[in-house]
Amino acid sequence: MTQFDFGRLLHFWETRGPDIVGLVVEHISVVAVSLLIAMIIGVGVGMLVWDRPLPRSTVIAAAGVALTIPSLAMLALLIPTFGLGWTPTIIALVMYSLLPIVRNTVVGLREVAPAVMESATGMGMNKFTVLFRVQLPIAWPIILTGVRVAAQLTIGVAAIAAYVAGPGLGTFIFRGLSSLGSVNALNFALTGTLGVVLLALIVDALFVAITRYSTSKGLRA
Amino acid sequence: MPKTPATAILQIARNTSGARIVLDQVTKSYANQPVAAVENFSIAAEPGELIMFVGPSGCGKTTTMKMINRIIEPTSGSISIDGRDVLSLDPHELRRHIGYVIQQIGLFPHMTIAENIAVVPKLLGWTKEKTADRIDELLTTVELDPREFAHRYPKQLSGGQQQRVGVARALAADPPVMLMDEPFGATDPITREKLQAEFLRLQETLGKTIIFVTHDFDEAVRLGDRIAVLSGRSQIEQFDTPANILAAPANDYVASFIGHGAAIKRLTLIPVTEARLGPASESSGGPVTVRATDSLRDALDSLVLTGLGALTVLDFDGVAIGSISMERISAVLGAQVPSAPTGLPPAAADRP
Repeated sequence: MTQFDFGRLLHFWETRGPDIVGLVVEHISVVAVSLLIAMIIGVGVGMLVWDRPLPRSTVIAAAGVALTIPSLAMLALLIPTFGLGWTPTIIALVMYSLLPIVRNTVVGLREVAPAVMESATGMGMNKFTVLFRVQLPIAWPIILTGVRVAAQLTIGVAAIAAYVAGPGLGTFIFRGLSSLGSVNALNFALTGTLGVVLLALIVDALFVAITRYSTSKGLRA
Repeated sequence: MPKTPATAILQIARNTSGARIVLDQVTKSYANQPVAAVENFSIAAEPGELIMFVGPSGCGKTTTMKMINRIIEPTSGSISIDGRDVLSLDPHELRRHIGYVIQQIGLFPHMTIAENIAVVPKLLGWTKEKTADRIDELLTTVELDPREFAHRYPKQLSGGQQQRVGVARALAADPPVMLMDEPFGATDPITREKLQAEFLRLQETLGKTIIFVTHDFDEAVRLGDRIAVLSGRSQIEQFDTPANILAAPANDYVASFIGHGAAIKRLTLIPVTEARLGPASESSGGPVTVRATDSLRDALDSLVLTGLGALTVLDFDGVAIGSISMERISAVLGAQVPSAPTGLPPAAADRP
């Protein structure tokens, strides 16, 4: 077992600097792309099912099931069809993101006060206008909270994606774990883990700012 | 010549100072309910008239009102505005020309006050300048300073202020017809009275045809040109002016709805000058006087308060024009009721 040496860790960061930055960029990219796809699908599906009880429960149940599959198993199941690399990683991340996004979209759209809905209709808006001009803006902070939860989830899961040769900081973690006993094993694992944790914290703070900036002043508490 | 629905709506919309609304044999029944919510309801509101639907909760008054802008679709019967069949028009387009105010107001929380008022003008494709001018005009009309309130959000306003915005928003496109569902029901008594007084003043200048739903008979008496007293299934028990309903309730149901103190309620509708004033010399004098614009109820209030036999009545310039006493107030009511003590038929005289 190699002893932890802070000096050596600093030296590791110095020599591997460009590699680390590259992996962080990959990690952010794969999470961002997955969230964007999941948001388009999730908000879209939420808008389609929010006022229909049966499709609504079905969609939320299905998204819930996806979340219960262990990430390693999910990735392994995707290999035969999608091979290795970015594709299975993004598919897995999208599947994990759907539940919080769909559920928060549905909750947000349904929680608009009945009086607001009635006055919108009474003023001559059709269903489509009510959805886009009234419901969606009012539900927006709730939907963004769902995306924020999905972001936390996918930053963690993306680290596992190195198992299918996916991009991101997981590469370091897995390399460290597979070379235990070697000089830099601990440095690899530690750097990958710390990077994931830091990334999660920074992205969370970013979402707080985005939510604040993009929500109407009239809705802020 | 047959008119297309679109031009029919435009013709309704152009008539901004009140349209004639006719409901004929309108029925609403729900599949899972054995009794109709509204049954064979017929009424006609003249242009510029303020009609009150008053009745207990669950009597179908709100359902009846909501069929006019088709928030609820009638099962059978016909509804027309200015002679044009409402049920053949596009419901969304129709609603843009019918003002709609509900008790919970339903302002859009994510929009500023100005944006809330601009919703219908935007749907109608008004220019920015025209909309902005209209917002200023309307906020001034409902006594909210545009510079102070236009860019605030609903949550930054008090309940009474929000309800004013609700009325301004409903008036945005200058609709000929307004539907109001207990608009002042959720405000405290003092605010309510103030809103009612402002609303009456507003209606004097606007002259919209208004259907106003309330369960508060006093509010109906205060605001309405005519009152429809409704019972279950939205059956009309009596449809008449407040004075006539108070003077001669059609049946026991209407009488019970008026409740106690019908005579006092009638006094609120009658100005002091309706009474035969006595000579100013009859007044017991004193600092308390009655103005010619006051109602007989105000006069009675002052009489009870002071305990005097008669009070001086002053005109606008503060000149005494006569005196008012309890007897003279009673005489006004007596003169209007055919069954007043002097000419009572025997059966009615036995009533407590």
